[in-house]
Amino acid sequence: MALHISSAPPISAFHHLLCFFFHDTYPEMEYASSLQRQLASMKKNLFDQGYLDEQFYQLEELQDESSPNFVEEVVTLFFRDSSRLVANIDQALQKYPQDFRRLDNFMHQLKGSASSIGAAKMKNECTSFREFCNKENREGCLRSFQKVKKEHAVLKQKLENYFQLLRQDGPVDKATRSGN
Amino acid sequence: MSSSRGGNGCGGEGERQIHVLAVDDSSVDRAMIARILRSSKYRVTTVDSGKKALELLGLEPDVNMIITDYWMPEMTGYELLKRVKESSELREIPVVIMSSENVPNRINRCLAEGAEDFLLKPVRPSDVSRLCSRIR
Repeated sequence: MALHISSAPPISAFHHLLCFFFHDTYPEMEYASSLQRQLASMKKNLFDQGYLDEQFYQLEELQDESSPNFVEEVVTLFFRDSSRLVANIDQALQKYPQDFRRLDNFMHQLKGSASSIGAAKMKNECTSFREFCNKENREGCLRSFQKVKKEHAVLKQKLENYFQLLRQDGPVDKATRSGN
Repeated sequence: MSSSRGGNGCGGEGERQIHVLAVDDSSVDRAMIARILRSSKYRVTTVDSGKKALELLGLEPDVNMIITDYWMPEMTGYELLKRVKESSELREIPVVIMSSENVPNRINRCLAEGAEDFLLKPVRPSDVSRLCSRIR
């Protein structure tokens, strides 16, 4: 097992020793715990770097045995809608004269959905865009929209990675992971 | 961070289950509000427009509460509220408005028109719990 030297605190060295010790005796346990560590770390990054906010925890709270894939389902819905809205805004920005009201309507929808899933960075970029829109500042809108698109693409990739990893995780009690 | 997952069962069960019509043009928000309501045991029907809401209300008189987004294309939640309150068959149904924007004028206008409550999005389970005592 490779010893992963990172900026982790000293306790991790001891932890690695423990994992090494358990490896032969409980290989599944070691694998599961490594996956869970990865997941926890991914999620922590998403929050620390501001991609997600507290609203994402609300989504997780709504997931249970009767709705076991709720979070992924809602996130999938979001990216389906948001991709369509981004395409609409792209098109609308190329029109002359600029219909700022229409642009604002699209962005209002995008911001709303982003807010509902806790997509904090996206939400903030949408707010900036709407401010430029209100001032009918086309240049500002164009610049701001590039940021919206970038945040959208980055979040999509990160969440796809996250859910892919989540799916690999076996039937462990998911309650321990949400909201902590 | 632990909180109750299962809602509070306010929606009831069997014949006494409360039927909520949720109206929102956003598929994300429809999924959210439906899940929140169902976890409190409400029976939920979702539609994506005021027009469809009125069509359904015309057919199914067993809707006990309407919860609607304010800002929708073609017919706003406010307009839907007005149509409901103007109708002799529908006016008794409590209508709750949801909005992502905290605009006092808007809130007052809706309440004055007879809205039961006004919820800010994103809606939380605690917001829905608060409706419990009002609509029974």
